[in-house]
Amino acid sequence: MTEPVVAVVRFPGSNDDRDAQWALQALGADARFAWHADVELPAGTRAVVLPGGFSYGDYLRCGAIARFAPIMEAVREFAHDGGLVLGICNGFQVLCEAGLLPGALRPNASLRFICRDVTVRVERTDTPFTSRCTPGQKLVVPIKHGEGAWYAPTELAEDLAASDRLLLRYEECPNGAVADVAGVLNEDGNVMGLMPHPEHAVDPLLGSGDGALLLASMLDAVRERELVRS
Amino acid sequence: MKATVLVRPKEGILDPQGDAVGASLRTLGFGISDARVGRLVEVDVEAGTVEEARAQVDEMCKRLLANPLIESYEITFP
Repeated sequence: MTEPVVAVVRFPGSNDDRDAQWALQALGADARFAWHADVELPAGTRAVVLPGGFSYGDYLRCGAIARFAPIMEAVREFAHDGGLVLGICNGFQVLCEAGLLPGALRPNASLRFICRDVTVRVERTDTPFTSRCTPGQKLVVPIKHGEGAWYAPTELAEDLAASDRLLLRYEECPNGAVADVAGVLNEDGNVMGLMPHPEHAVDPLLGSGDGALLLASMLDAVRERELVRS
Repeated sequence: MKATVLVRPKEGILDPQGDAVGASLRTLGFGISDARVGRLVEVDVEAGTVEEARAQVDEMCKRLLANPLIESYEITFP
């Protein structure tokens, strides 16, 4: 089977794009960059990753400007058609601002930029992003953000919890996120955002390989879909 | 036409910046019970009337300047 094409979107200010590409390639994907000013995703794109960074300088609010990038229209359409979209850190912020994921990311309660490994709990494994995990599995994945406190009004947070869409939760919340949320899933289950960086945790030699479970889950889902199509 | 937009963190939302400012003001000896930090945006709108300008700025706020989930906004014409 040919390697599935995964688009890694590059905004001006993205800085985890190469790590994301490297990690995806290491896991057997054909990861290609999509430029923010492009209006189409690379031909044959089977999944999209919005990487971490500081898109457009993160002026106004993190992700607020990036959501108007020309490529985002293509991403929105791709997601609308059921395509898998994963937003990491700044990518998560962009997806929230774009309305593709619920909630918003606020400055960390400590007001400090936090850069360290954290432990997150996988709340559900029947999703395209967590299928390689076991229920309740604890993953060690690094975070590095200044504005990573996920927020949703109480009612929304309760609805999301009730529908099992608060996919990843911190064991010890580092940033003041509502309900200790580290990652959320959209209603259709094909768009996920998370503050921790799975692409920085794909090799035990560099601290942890747990992030590979999330990325590999996504690639499994892409390959399964290919089999269904063929 | 010049318009001023005040964007505030919604009530009840954790505002660590405001808390830090409040703590510093108390350290300086000011008797304050709360401080909140928002954002001010000034725009020069091409519009014939204040109503027209207000409608435009309102649209700007909804689409970009404020995130309705976490922020409220107020438009004034100085």
